[in-house]
Amino acid sequence: MTRAAPGERRAAREKAKLARSRRGQAIAVISTIVVFGGAAAIVLNSSGWPVVQEQFFSPEAFKTSFPRILEGFWLDIKMFMVIEVAVLIIGLLIALLRTTGTAALFPMRMLAAVYCDVFRGTPVVILIYLFGFGLPALELSGVPKDPILLAGIALTMAYSAYVAEVFRAGITSIHQTQTDAALAVGLTRVQALRYVVLPQAIRRVRPPILNDFISLQKDVALVSILGILEAFKIAQIETNRDFNYTPLIAAALLYLVVTIPMARILDHITARGEINS
Amino acid sequence: MTKLRLVLLLVPVLAMAFVVGCGSDDDSSSDEPTTTATTAATCDLENLATYKDGVLTVGTDSPAYPPYFEDDDPSNGKGFEGALAYAIADQLGFNKSEVEWATIPFNVSFAPGDKKFDFDLNQISITPKRAENVDFSTPYYTASQGVLVPKGSELDGITSLDQLQDATIGVQLGTTAFDAVEQQIQPASDPKVFDNSNDVVTAFEQEQVDAIVVDLPQAIYLRDAELDNAAVAGQFEAPGGDQWGALLGKDSELTPCVDKAIKALDEDGTLEEITRQWMSDAAKAPELT
Repeated sequence: MTRAAPGERRAAREKAKLARSRRGQAIAVISTIVVFGGAAAIVLNSSGWPVVQEQFFSPEAFKTSFPRILEGFWLDIKMFMVIEVAVLIIGLLIALLRTTGTAALFPMRMLAAVYCDVFRGTPVVILIYLFGFGLPALELSGVPKDPILLAGIALTMAYSAYVAEVFRAGITSIHQTQTDAALAVGLTRVQALRYVVLPQAIRRVRPPILNDFISLQKDVALVSILGILEAFKIAQIETNRDFNYTPLIAAALLYLVVTIPMARILDHITARGEINS
Repeated sequence: MTKLRLVLLLVPVLAMAFVVGCGSDDDSSSDEPTTTATTAATCDLENLATYKDGVLTVGTDSPAYPPYFEDDDPSNGKGFEGALAYAIADQLGFNKSEVEWATIPFNVSFAPGDKKFDFDLNQISITPKRAENVDFSTPYYTASQGVLVPKGSELDGITSLDQLQDATIGVQLGTTAFDAVEQQIQPASDPKVFDNSNDVVTAFEQEQVDAIVVDLPQAIYLRDAELDNAAVAGQFEAPGGDQWGALLGKDSELTPCVDKAIKALDEDGTLEEITRQWMSDAAKAPELT
């Protein structure tokens, strides 16, 4: 008999909890409808909406421009895939350079610090301009003239500076005792870095690096200023041809198609990291 | 807790109701000018509903470059479109000091919403699709596409468009040149499309492109004044011709008046005179077929 009482109380508690959660869900649904419905009502009722609809959301303009934009987007994808690999390698090398204590490498450390400051601190669009139009102007032999390559170099410089700082933060966040312990069991400094510090550091910095990659995947659109026919440039051409902005919306959707999955992967990794620690 | 939630829920509801209410107010008030607009079609100076009272605001992009403007200063009245703007203003009854210039980037000129100019002169080609979103005046010029190549290069002295097929061609964003190149030359590699004329010129100077296609008067100007080592290989017609008109807001009351002004300038020979003065060499380039 004495056992039945807590059971009943638990049941009552569960019931109350369920009721609360149902009410919570109901409020969430109503609130969602009110907020989004309200926002839609404001937009659709605005006096300029018919014009905006025609000039930004024209199904016809979307249909005619989309295939070419998609074609151009393939170039964006190829570019950011290659750049991402280059950024990881160069970023890690710079981070390692900046975190070593070797006295002889001081000038390199200084150079690495300047590299990060300069390329992280300059607007990417200016870097692309300078690399795309400035480098070939030097007329040095061996300097590439291909704008895709030049723009790729500019983007790699900018993003490797970011990613180097992220790697560096990851490396310095691994406690000194980890290295000490590795050295104590007989590993060399390089081995300690390779097998003890880096694996932990890299795991820790995956979310911020993926975050930088999301940003990079949009910034490839900036290479368009060098005349390259990638998705954004083609969308601009189509927009200017018929004075209809819908192609830009079409291009935006394509960028979202690659950045949103990246964001979900990022969420997933972050969530797993939280469980592990 | 529950009360607080209810209040929180009410805030957006009330806010929406308020804004939707305001929105519909806007609707009714914005209807009024359009109804009066249709009635006031006379082009008397005192009846002209200009962007700024008593002033004619003319838009163009920056940099304003020759032969359409001179010294990046539209207000000096020099250059083809600079001179044309003041001639139109004169026809409408504005004197020189009553003309103001607004810097209107090309891709802003056709944005929806109120225009910050009365009309825009920026070598804008008239097309039926474009005319769905803006008003165009009567055309004031018919442009031909000019092909600019390095002097003494393989492309100097070509006689047909086919000979440009293997060339990397540079064009400017928003111009008819892109379609002209794609449809009439059909080059093996994509043309390079630059955001402004300066970048096209830079790319040409740095040999990132083998040839550039721009409006013929501009090609001739670039050859004569900006590039040391360029030749105009020839000219060709853009698909469907390339007529330029002044751009105005959709259903602007000024459109018929600007039309009238341009027609008057055409009839009294002023337009021809301005064209001859600033775009004189246009006919001298060989035709490419």
